[in-house]
Amino acid sequence: MADLSINFAGIRSPNPFWLASAPPANSGAQIHRAFEAGWGGAVWKTIGPPVLNVSNRYGAWHHGGQRMLGINNVELISDRPLDVNLREIADVKRAWPDRAVLVSAMVESKPESWHDIIRQIEDTGADGIELNYGCPHGMSERGMGAAVGQVPEYCEQITRWVMEAAHIPVIVKLTPNITNIVSPARAAVAAGANALSLINTLNSITGVDLDTLEISPNIGGKGGHGGYAGPAVKPIALNMLAALGSDDVVHGSRLPISAMGGITTWKDAAEFLLLGASSLQVCTAVMHYGYRIVEDLCDGLSNWMDAKGFRTIPEVTARSLGRISDFKDLDLSFRAVARIDSRKCIQCNLCYVACNDTAHQCIDLIDAKGNLVQPYSYAVSSNGKQEATETRPNPRVREVDCVGCRLCYNICPVDQCISMVEVPSGREPVTWDQLVKSRPEVTEDWEAMEKYRREAGIHVH
Amino acid sequence: MAATKGLAEQLPPLSPQEALVEANRCLFCYDAPCTHACPTHIDIPRFIKKISTDNLIGSARTILEANLLGATCARVCPVQELCEGACVLGHDHNPIMIGRLQRYAMDHVSGKDVVKRAPQNGRSVAVIGSGPAGLSCAGELARRGHSVTIFEKRPLGGGLSTYGIIALREPIEASLEEVRMIESLGVHIETGAELGLNLTLEDLRKRFDAIFLSPGLGATQVMGIPGEELIVDGLDYIEQSKLNPSGMCIGRNVLVIGAGNTAIDCATVAKRLGADQVTMIYRRSEHEMSAYPHEYDFVKKEGVEFRFLTQPVRVLSDGGRVTGLACVHMELGEPDSSGRRSAQPAGNGEFVIPADQIVKAVGQQKPPLAQMLGLEVDRGFIKVNTDLETSLTGVFAGGDCIRAKNSASTVMAVQDGKLAAAAIHLRLNTGNTNG
Repeated sequence: MADLSINFAGIRSPNPFWLASAPPANSGAQIHRAFEAGWGGAVWKTIGPPVLNVSNRYGAWHHGGQRMLGINNVELISDRPLDVNLREIADVKRAWPDRAVLVSAMVESKPESWHDIIRQIEDTGADGIELNYGCPHGMSERGMGAAVGQVPEYCEQITRWVMEAAHIPVIVKLTPNITNIVSPARAAVAAGANALSLINTLNSITGVDLDTLEISPNIGGKGGHGGYAGPAVKPIALNMLAALGSDDVVHGSRLPISAMGGITTWKDAAEFLLLGASSLQVCTAVMHYGYRIVEDLCDGLSNWMDAKGFRTIPEVTARSLGRISDFKDLDLSFRAVARIDSRKCIQCNLCYVACNDTAHQCIDLIDAKGNLVQPYSYAVSSNGKQEATETRPNPRVREVDCVGCRLCYNICPVDQCISMVEVPSGREPVTWDQLVKSRPEVTEDWEAMEKYRREAGIHVH
Repeated sequence: MAATKGLAEQLPPLSPQEALVEANRCLFCYDAPCTHACPTHIDIPRFIKKISTDNLIGSARTILEANLLGATCARVCPVQELCEGACVLGHDHNPIMIGRLQRYAMDHVSGKDVVKRAPQNGRSVAVIGSGPAGLSCAGELARRGHSVTIFEKRPLGGGLSTYGIIALREPIEASLEEVRMIESLGVHIETGAELGLNLTLEDLRKRFDAIFLSPGLGATQVMGIPGEELIVDGLDYIEQSKLNPSGMCIGRNVLVIGAGNTAIDCATVAKRLGADQVTMIYRRSEHEMSAYPHEYDFVKKEGVEFRFLTQPVRVLSDGGRVTGLACVHMELGEPDSSGRRSAQPAGNGEFVIPADQIVKAVGQQKPPLAQMLGLEVDRGFIKVNTDLETSLTGVFAGGDCIRAKNSASTVMAVQDGKLAAAAIHLRLNTGNTNG
């Protein structure tokens, strides 16, 4: 059985799953229950200066009958008194010596404020500190959170102040509300941080109430942007994680990364590990379903690792990172085409309309006798289940015209009905970068490009 | 136990939550097979997606564009044989509950007049009969600006929907609301008006630019057995169950002769309204039954029993009160003109099934109007061309009266009315009226 334990910048944890610094990690009583459920660690909800919260706090984006694919919040850092939090942190750590107890912090941008909070956190016996440079609402208006994370120079300066005082590992948490995630990460590296974490929440407005025309969620007739998280942000988080792993400076620093952003299932977790994460943080899925989800996060990940022959988490970490590539280095001669398994096809013909209206018009409708037919070609007098099902045409890909866009594969509702099959293109592998170097005219002039396409046998529909 | 269930509508309306979950399950197929299977070709994925986006008025209008009697069809259509039977999710999941979603959308606009009529264009059309075909044709014509009068021999409009569909499937209120909706389009319904009694075709042809005949079929067929006058007519039985269920006389031990959908309805009424024992009598076997398989399953679950290969020969009575039905055993022979195996007496003598009430639902007579008006017929049904025009120019027909082939249904009648209205509209607009 796979060993799920981790040693993250010196912080040990029986599994890689930590509660992210957020409402599920708001109090000692909650974190006790989370640890009872099996969580490997928790990053305490950010402690810092006094705050007052509002209601309503959480907005959500639902789609197609599925609730909360994205959640947005305008809740601030912990609104419980600092000394209460510190006492409970100490209690939890004493009760759970094998779990990772980290504390997220955010204070005014003054060296003495940071020195004070670091000392107070260390006095609790906590295992590590996470610097919240990401909170995008409220605190940022007071010069904290994202107001720091969005300016690499501030990020570096404050991290230096922290590192002056800290004796336990310090993680810098990055905001995604920035053009290039690498810049603040490099700043954290330069300041001597022990680890990185990402992503914090994204600026967002979840909606407008169509009855009242109020912003949703409504806060006394007003509303505003809040931090967005949940399954919907996972692809953004994966991209930012991969961007750090692909940067020479950040990657070269060998700082471990604790990743989060929409992790809901063990599959999500495995993907984050494969793209460079060493620990994983979860919030929205717990907000939705409770602490109990950790059981399948661990069980599913463990079973997958066993099936793949991975014995430890470090063996998984960054396994797929080397496959991240710039477009210019992709093989332009690689060719895949869609193939529909007629035994699995239920003839919803969504692939047909997707290909016809969006892609490259290369899916045909074929009747039972093998004739090409048009949609809606039945007679007005035709009806009944027998006629409707027996005369229904089948979608079929004209592979010669298929550009391998993969739209049909993505929209097909039947698992493994459409597959993207690699086929020989008959062309030598070549990348755009190689073309720029070997045949620059092709990349600059349409006539030269047309000539090149004829030579290479590239037919664009 | 069954008696206490009564005839309240069998399926409850979907709750908003149920409707939303079900609507979201629809894949939104392209050129969807459910739409093909529907005789009126309602754009089903479109109306279902509108439910999922909370656009219920748009959803109902999508249904009504193709089928003005969407509320009735949502309740009475044999969806297992039509839209739901063709649903792509039926392969290895459950098909979408299209009928119930349609009812959900139609219930939302009940009492609201969401279909608009065009300004009057000065043309007038007479419609005979206010059943599904007549209402559909009248509504489609009114929508296009024609002035339409429906002549209905009964006191209430709606035809079979009002009188002949058991309340379990469609309460009378739903049918009458649909009649009201058609009237709201400007259609005038004259009740107590019957062709051949107080109306003549000649008169109508003078007064109107075109005529649509949708009289339905004739009375229940005569079996020609001694004591038949003591047998209750199945259509009357169902009618009473809708108009006056508490005043109905229901036997304790009821026999229903026939095995079509009407016979099943009669057996259901008897069982639900208090009979101890209900037995259906059919001269062929269960394979030749004309009832839909799902109806057969339903009535078996109601506790109705079956006597197959059994032919009634005589009603037994005592002082005018039914005491039993004398029958003979049958055996199956060669297929007859309907393609089903025929039945002949097995030759082993009579036996008696005790009963205190016998109901017959053995099919209706061919439309009497055909002969009365001297129309060309096809196997006794009114013969029409592809425009649904009869042998008399300007006289169109639709519904059960033309259904010489395949089983008749409400939705087929609605489509007839719609197609005939389109043909009549085209005819009147091109000025070639009444020959």
